[in-house]
Amino acid sequence: MKYPWLKKFAEKLQGLLVPLVLLAMWQWLSSQAIVNPQILPAPTAVLAKWWEYLSPQEAYDPAKAGYLAWLFSGELIRDAYASLYRVMLGFMIGAAMALPLGLMMGASDRIYKLFNPLIQLLRPIPPIAFIPLSILWFGLGNPPAIFLIVIGAFFPILMNTIAGVRNVDSIYIRAARNLGASQTTMFLRVILPAATPYILTGARIGVGTAFIVVIVAEMIAVNNGLGYRILEAREFFWSDKIIAGMFSIGLLGLAIDTGMNWLNNYLLKWHRGIEGN
Amino acid sequence: MQPHIQITRVSKVYSSAERNVAALDDINLNIAPGEFICLLGPSGCGKSTLLNAVAGFSLPTSGSILVDTRPVQQPGPDRGMVFQEYALFPWMTVEKNIAFGLEIKNAPRAQIKEKVDALLRMLNLYDFRERYPKDLSGGMRQRVAIARVLALDSPIMLMDEPFGALDSLTRRNLQDELLRIWMEFKKTIIFVTHSIEESIYLADRIVVMTYRPGKIKKDVSVVIPRPRDPSSAEFNDLKKELALLVMEEQDRHLRDEIKEPSAD
Ligand SMILES: Nc1ncnc2c1ncn2[C@@H]1O[C@H](COP(=O)(O)OP(=O)(O)OP(=O)(O)O)[C@@H](O)[C@H]1O
Ligand SMILES: [Mg+2]
Repeated sequence: MKYPWLKKFAEKLQGLLVPLVLLAMWQWLSSQAIVNPQILPAPTAVLAKWWEYLSPQEAYDPAKAGYLAWLFSGELIRDAYASLYRVMLGFMIGAAMALPLGLMMGASDRIYKLFNPLIQLLRPIPPIAFIPLSILWFGLGNPPAIFLIVIGAFFPILMNTIAGVRNVDSIYIRAARNLGASQTTMFLRVILPAATPYILTGARIGVGTAFIVVIVAEMIAVNNGLGYRILEAREFFWSDKIIAGMFSIGLLGLAIDTGMNWLNNYLLKWHRGIEGN
Repeated sequence: MQPHIQITRVSKVYSSAERNVAALDDINLNIAPGEFICLLGPSGCGKSTLLNAVAGFSLPTSGSILVDTRPVQQPGPDRGMVFQEYALFPWMTVEKNIAFGLEIKNAPRAQIKEKVDALLRMLNLYDFRERYPKDLSGGMRQRVAIARVLALDSPIMLMDEPFGALDSLTRRNLQDELLRIWMEFKKTIIFVTHSIEESIYLADRIVVMTYRPGKIKKDVSVVIPRPRDPSSAEFNDLKKELALLVMEEQDRHLRDEIKEPSAD
C-alpha cells in the first residue's frame, strides 16, 4: 500500500468495530423503551454518570485546596486510589512473605518438606473463603481487606518462586561453581536471576488475584473503594453508576496489568522471545 | 617433568536402581604442562565423564586425579571449563559474563575492566559487549565462554565438544583462535571431541577411548608441525589410522544399542 500509516489507522479502526457495533445496539435497545432504564441504562447515561463520578464534587476554591488536589478530588479517583492502595499494600506484604519462603523452599529440600504439606492444605482454599475468619479476627475496615489480598497474592507467588528455583538449569550452577562462586553469590547472582521469569509470572498472577479479592473484600468489609461503590449503587438502583463503576474496575485492572507487563519486559530484557510480544 | 594433570587408575561406575554403567575403567593418563590433549571417541564412551572428573563436578568411583600434585575434590577456577551448551548466563551481558569470575575473586574494579576490555578486543567481541547472549550467534557465544575462562587465568582449560554445534567455517575460525590463545598463554588443554579431523588439527596428543567400559584404546602423538594442513598426506594418513580405531568402537556402540535400545 502507498500509505502505511493509512493501513495502520485502518487496522486500529478494525479493532474498534465490534465494540462500536455493540455500543450502537445497546444505545438503540435502551432508546426503544423495551427495557427499563433502571435495568439497562443507555450508554450515554452511563458515560454521563461516569463523568459525574470522575469529576470533583465541589467547585474549585483556591482557599481550600490546590488545583491538582481539587482536580483529583472526584469520588471515582478517591475510590480507585483506595482500591489500588489496598491491592498494592496487600500484594507487597504477600510478596514479602512468599518470596523468601519460596526461595528457601526451592533451594532446600528440608525446608520444602517441612512446609509443603501445610501449603498444599491451605492453597486450595479460595481467598474468599477466608472472609468470615478475617472479619472475626480483624473486624471491619482495611485490615481484613488487606489480609484477604495478602492471601490472594501469597500463593501464586510462592508456588512460582519454588518452581523457578527448582527449575534452574543445572548447567548454570555448574558454570558458576566452575568460576568459584560461593553459596551467596550462587544464590544472588545465579539462582535468583535464573528464577525471575517464574517469579514474575507468579507476581502477575498474584496481582490479578489480589485485584479480584480487593473488589470482593470492599463489598464486605469497608465503605469506600470501587467494589464498595458498585454495591452501594445497587442499593439505590443506580444501574448507570454500577456499570460506570464496573468499567472503572476494568480500566484499573488493565492499567495494573500493563504496569506488570512493562516491569516484566524491563526486568527480562535478557530473556528469549521478549521482543516478540 | 612433573605432570600437570596426573590421572591414575580412574574408574567410574554410574549406579542406578536398574543397572550399573561402567563409564570409565582404569584410565591412566599423564598430561604435561602446556600440553594440548584431545579425547576422541564415539558417543557414550565416557569422554564427558572423564572431563567432569578432572573438573571436579563428579568424582571418580576409584583412582586418583592430581592437579599440580593435589587431588581434585571440587570444581575450581584453576580448571576453567567451556561447555558445549555455552552455559553463558543469559541475564548478564557479554561484558558481565566475562567479568563474573573476576568479581567472584573480588578483583579490584579497575583491574576487572582492564582485563575484560583486553579479552573483548582479543576475541573480537568489543562491539558486542553490551549484548545479551540471546542476541549472539553460536560462534560468538562460544567466544564469550572462552573469554570467561581466560579471565580466570586458569592454567588448565577443559573443553567439552565446544565447537560441536558450530558450522564448519566458524568452527575452523575458532580452532585457529584457540590455538593462538593456547600458544600465547601456555595453557594445558583437555579438549573433548568426536571429530577426528578436529583432534588432528588441534592436539599434541590424541587419546582414543573405547566404548563401555571407557578405557584408553590408544594414545597417539601428533608430530605434524603447525599450522596443520588438513589436505596434506600426513594429516590424511593419521586420519585413516584414527578412523579405523574409532570405527571399531562405534560398531561396538551400535551393537550395544541394538541389544538394549534404551542404552543412552
Ligand atoms: N549421570 C549418569 N547416570 C548414569 N549413566 C550415565 C550418566 N552420565 C553418563 N552416563 C553413561 O555413561 C556413559 C559415558 O557417558 P559420557 O557422557 O561420559 O559419554 P561421552 O563420551 O561424553 O558421550 P557424548 O559424545 O555423547 O557426549 C554413557 O554410556 C552414558 O549413558
Ligand atoms: Mg559428552
